[in-house]
Amino acid sequence: MSWQRKILRVNLTKGTCEPEPLNMEWAHLFLGQRGLATKYLAEEIDPKADALSPENKLIMATGPLTGTMASTGGRYSVITKSPLTGAIACSNSGGFIGAEMKQAGWDMIIFEGKSKTPVFLYLENEKAQLMPADDLWGKSVWAADELLHEKFQDPLVKIACVGRAAESGCLYASIVNDRHRAAGRSGVGTVMASKHLKAVVIRGTVGVGNIRDPKAFFKATSEGKKTLADNAVTGEGLPAMGTQVLMNVINEVGAMPTRNMKEVQFEGAHKISGEAMAEPRESDGKPNLVTNAACFGCTIACGRISTIDPQHYSIENKPEYIGASGGLEYESAWALGSNVGIDDLDALTYANFLCNEDGYDPISFGATVSAAMELFEMGAITLETTEGLDLSFGSAEALTKAAELVATGEGFGKDLAMGSKRLCEKYGHPEISMTVKGQEFPAYDPRAIQGMGLGYATSNRGACHLRGYTVSSEIMGVPVKTDPLTTDGKPELVKAFQDATAAVDSTGLCTFTTFAWTLEDIAPQVDAACEGGWSAASMLEAGERIWNLERQFNLDAGLTKADDTLPARLLKDAAKTGPAKGSVNRLHEMLPQYYALRGWSEEGVPTNETMGRLGL
Amino acid sequence: MLKALQLEPEKCTGCLQCEMACSYENEGVFNPSKSRIKVFNFHHEGRFAPYTCTQCSEAWCLHACPVEAIVVNEATGAKEVIEDVCVGCKVCTIACPFGTVNYNADSGKVMKCDLCGGDPACVTACPTQAITYVDSEHTGLERMRSHAAQSIPQN
Repeated sequence: MSWQRKILRVNLTKGTCEPEPLNMEWAHLFLGQRGLATKYLAEEIDPKADALSPENKLIMATGPLTGTMASTGGRYSVITKSPLTGAIACSNSGGFIGAEMKQAGWDMIIFEGKSKTPVFLYLENEKAQLMPADDLWGKSVWAADELLHEKFQDPLVKIACVGRAAESGCLYASIVNDRHRAAGRSGVGTVMASKHLKAVVIRGTVGVGNIRDPKAFFKATSEGKKTLADNAVTGEGLPAMGTQVLMNVINEVGAMPTRNMKEVQFEGAHKISGEAMAEPRESDGKPNLVTNAACFGCTIACGRISTIDPQHYSIENKPEYIGASGGLEYESAWALGSNVGIDDLDALTYANFLCNEDGYDPISFGATVSAAMELFEMGAITLETTEGLDLSFGSAEALTKAAELVATGEGFGKDLAMGSKRLCEKYGHPEISMTVKGQEFPAYDPRAIQGMGLGYATSNRGACHLRGYTVSSEIMGVPVKTDPLTTDGKPELVKAFQDATAAVDSTGLCTFTTFAWTLEDIAPQVDAACEGGWSAASMLEAGERIWNLERQFNLDAGLTKADDTLPARLLKDAAKTGPAKGSVNRLHEMLPQYYALRGWSEEGVPTNETMGRLGL
Repeated sequence: MLKALQLEPEKCTGCLQCEMACSYENEGVFNPSKSRIKVFNFHHEGRFAPYTCTQCSEAWCLHACPVEAIVVNEATGAKEVIEDVCVGCKVCTIACPFGTVNYNADSGKVMKCDLCGGDPACVTACPTQAITYVDSEHTGLERMRSHAAQSIPQN
């Protein structure tokens, strides 16, 4: 039982912090983190509640393996109702604070209500208290982080924080922990700020014990680490180049969304790739990449630590950006690069720094800027609308300025902070918003990877690659190669990936392990740590249970089958170049079969039989 | 042959597997705050550095202890704290020039690296070989080799 069996309930309206026992019956059905917190949320809030009202709750949740020696066992997730999509939000982050929460003796923290004035939570082992944050409000994540470290005189406190973007209502604001890791997607930071909760500060020295079978646990986790080390992706590709190992690969298969997904290949991909990050630059002879870095307990270490060229225009007279910080990953490099047609690596790195400094999702931000650029190109917005900002595709200056405006919510930044869907609706062209359920696409064009189209359309949090990363199979051949251009077998593939991922996201482990691990590798680690008799089969079933629970939450929130779709551009406008030239995404060939496989009605509603089978 | 921990910061990714292994070995829980080895994160420079007791031959901590609670393990050369004897006065934590002896408020005793009796758990746990356990006379050998490599004629 490596659950701590303890929840902290923080009522921000009343200003109280109360411990309560973890519902172990639920833990045996939903594991932890994503699954278990979704269960709590679904039981405790009305799915129709306004996401930014005090009725919504925000849960920070660890998994049973968080804080243990299992490789990558440092993850936590933030579960809430999303203001961006109106659907369930579940945003996963690494870094160190998840493990620290667990080390402090807690499985999760439930925040409810809304504080009258800005506060932060200080949690030191069993001691929990809300403290005034008036002096932190209005500060960036980085500034608040520094002030809090000074206040507690303890370099080892771990901090999760929202920035000015969240405070000013940016709908895709993130919660940034450990300076540059983030629960990035779906506006979880916006919800946190709406509660006047600025930060969570944790110091944990209790530790994680109570491993059910320590001998079996060390055996299973050691074998798991060896498998990760011996695998070409987790042992070589990711440590060397991070997720940026994908940039040239995805561009070559013609699945690189470019200029608001008008194109599927980017001519400048090689200039913003993992390879480019390792090239010494002219000015000081140093590469963009300083080193790779690990999150808590991770033996892969895919994290990027980067610097910006000190001669770059973006940081002229800004010495505070000279040092090293979290660098570009594939998603941010794509969103801030090819999707806006920009190949200036330093401009991308600077914009990425700002996303971390003030807490907003680089994927949604980049995709919203790309939509604005298309609106600008069409003449739907003008220099007057943008207050003089020339939003031409390819303009690095436009990107870095836009990043500064969204960080603080000033000027045209207010429009960009609404996200692509609301921006395009406001300016009369909803058809060019590249979103599903209101959330912007990540970096894989579903015209060239058919399964991803079905995955995006049915993802419970809107367009997202991490709900079911069939790229693994369709492009990389993991665990088996499937043809990315066919729809045959894709409903089965998507369902299998979605269910397995929901389980992995509920353990405390990182989804990147699944380049090397299957549930057959993960289940023995969970089983050795936890009671409940966990096998690959029971984990997969838990994953399916979690998926259906999320689905039911969304249906109860008012979403319908009509929301399980893709923008017309991806269904009607064929890819212009690359191996998928001439292809659209053939969602209609996959969706009915997917519903049937899931045990859902033709309207996409889980049948009573399905819910009963899963114990829901 | 006496062995010593060889720490190579340039190989460290900051994952803290060593801290978890150390705390589990010594305390039976995964608890970095109770680890005898610490990894420091110099975030502005983007660098990580593991650090722990180097087992000085003439150990300040051992000489400073008023109750002789720190003794030499003849087999490993480690300076070990005898918990039953330690009174928690912390004089050794003042004497150690490197800060690698620390007080554990939970036990009321001090704690320091004891090389796990000759099979250091941190070494086994480190995924990048940033911590290795080598002949104590050869801890500089790899560094010498890499510098020597720079001096050889290029083909």
